[in-house]
Amino acid sequence: MNPLVTPDIGLVFWTTVSFLVLFFLLAKFAWKPIMGALDERERFIEDALSKAEAAKEEMSRLTNENEVLIKQARLERDAILAEAKKVKDQIIADAKDAAHKEGARQIELARIDIHNQKAIAMADVKNQVAALSLEIAEKVLRKQFEDQGKQDALVADLLKEVKL
Amino acid sequence: MYKSSILKSKIFTLLRICAVFLTLTAFSIPAFSQEEHAEHAEGAEKKFEPSEVILEHIADSHSLHLWGETSLPLPVVLYTDKGLEVFSSAHFEHGHADYTGKYYTYRLINDKVNIVGENNTVAESSSIIKWNSNLTDLSITRNVVSMWMSIAFLLIIFFSVSSAYKKRQGKAPKGLQSFIEPLILFVRDDIARPNIGYKYQRYMPLLLTVFFFIWINNLIGLVPFFPGGANLTGNIAVTLVLSVITLIVVNLNGNKHYWKHIFIPADVPVWIWPLWWVIELVGIISRPFALMIRLFANITAGHIIVLSLISLIFVFKSVGIAPVSVAFVVFMDVLELLVAALQAFIFTLLTALFIGTAIEEHHH
Amino acid sequence: MFGSIAALGAGLAVIGAGIGIGQIGGKAVEGIARQPEAASKIQTAMIIAAALVEGAALFGVVVSFLGLK
Repeated sequence: MNPLVTPDIGLVFWTTVSFLVLFFLLAKFAWKPIMGALDERERFIEDALSKAEAAKEEMSRLTNENEVLIKQARLERDAILAEAKKVKDQIIADAKDAAHKEGARQIELARIDIHNQKAIAMADVKNQVAALSLEIAEKVLRKQFEDQGKQDALVADLLKEVKL
Repeated sequence: MYKSSILKSKIFTLLRICAVFLTLTAFSIPAFSQEEHAEHAEGAEKKFEPSEVILEHIADSHSLHLWGETSLPLPVVLYTDKGLEVFSSAHFEHGHADYTGKYYTYRLINDKVNIVGENNTVAESSSIIKWNSNLTDLSITRNVVSMWMSIAFLLIIFFSVSSAYKKRQGKAPKGLQSFIEPLILFVRDDIARPNIGYKYQRYMPLLLTVFFFIWINNLIGLVPFFPGGANLTGNIAVTLVLSVITLIVVNLNGNKHYWKHIFIPADVPVWIWPLWWVIELVGIISRPFALMIRLFANITAGHIIVLSLISLIFVFKSVGIAPVSVAFVVFMDVLELLVAALQAFIFTLLTALFIGTAIEEHHH
Repeated sequence: MFGSIAALGAGLAVIGAGIGIGQIGGKAVEGIARQPEAASKIQTAMIIAAALVEGAALFGVVVSFLGLK
């Protein structure tokens, strides 16, 4: 029998003992913590990945929401602006209207004033004309009516005719 | 932190050794030749016998060769029918002297301890197949020392790695940890999970231990000088133990489908059953047996080829052949690096496969 | 004489294993060329098959060892 293929009982014994000791030592103090740590880390990574996925979804949801909000805000702003424009136009129109009215009133007042002044002036003129006329007439009459009889007849006549 | 940095430096030393030992193979040749010279001097122009030298280098030994002609004698532990005997192998003077212990007189023949009986006769050496009941040799041999060194090495590596996992909980691996982690994940994801299935976790400790034990011993076996030099995984006793462990684990974990398939095979006529049992029994034995032979033969063959190539220099008695044979040795050593990893992988893979078939759930 | 017969036996075993592993490797490469995405599965199957073939060859080698006295 070739010595190469005949197992030595001594080496068989020591290999068995040593291997079993190695196995139990490594299993207890090395493989258990290492495999535990690896599994835990894998779970952690998986967890982190799923969390990241969730966060991404949340993010996109929020972004969507934001977009909706922005759109709404924009619409609202547009509405407000339109309203403001309307109000402004209204105010301008009102102001114009008021200005027109005021102008017209002023003009009317002025016209009335002018009218009054004219009337006053006319009355004044009439008075003066009347006074002048009276004076002239007095002078004329003084000359014409040197005699009392004619004078009285004419005064009576004139008084009948003139009316003021 | 301080401890792990020391360990790291040790690992780097190993890596450096692994990287440069190919070049150092050339330096180990002088030692080899000195040994031969010594033999020549004593044996008075003894002819160089490559097969003898090769077998001597491959086989186990009672002394640990350090360098040149210096070797460390190892303790001889004998369990005889009269009691336990422990003495140093230095007493044998490399097989040139007998040693008389408490119970018997012992003689070293072919590096094996034998009892010298009366009339100077020698009983058969101890082995499983020819087991002398008087003498059980439990010596701490070269292979045992090498195995203990590898075990110490594995313990240092993996204790430091597991403490790194505790210290750096939840963080990315770093240093040695990041070198070991892919290997562990490889064993888990490429060996255990696909072959065993969802119950793989139960068998991970065994698979990891087997994988790293075989791999590191293959690598240490490739180192031609002191820390290496032993041919542990190329020793049939070691591979026998490993494959017997596989055999036991597979059959202890076999589920009812596994045993039913063996003892009550479906679709087989009852009168064939005895024959079927024999075939299945052969199958149960032959699979671990193939594991044993495969690892042993691969590693031993690698060592034999390397040693043969070196022996060529002495067979031709010419230095001119040295560059050629060293070039071939370097090539073979690179190939052996691959084989070292591959055999560890295959042993673990097939163990996982056998376990997987034994615990497979059948759905009819 | 006996040793050389054993060596012859080892050589014959190697021929068989060489043919077998060559077939496995060739077919595996063909398979990978046809389906590159299945490369890792094919490789694992290839290594298992190669290991089995090699196992058979190694039985031959070991038996020739036995013959080697």
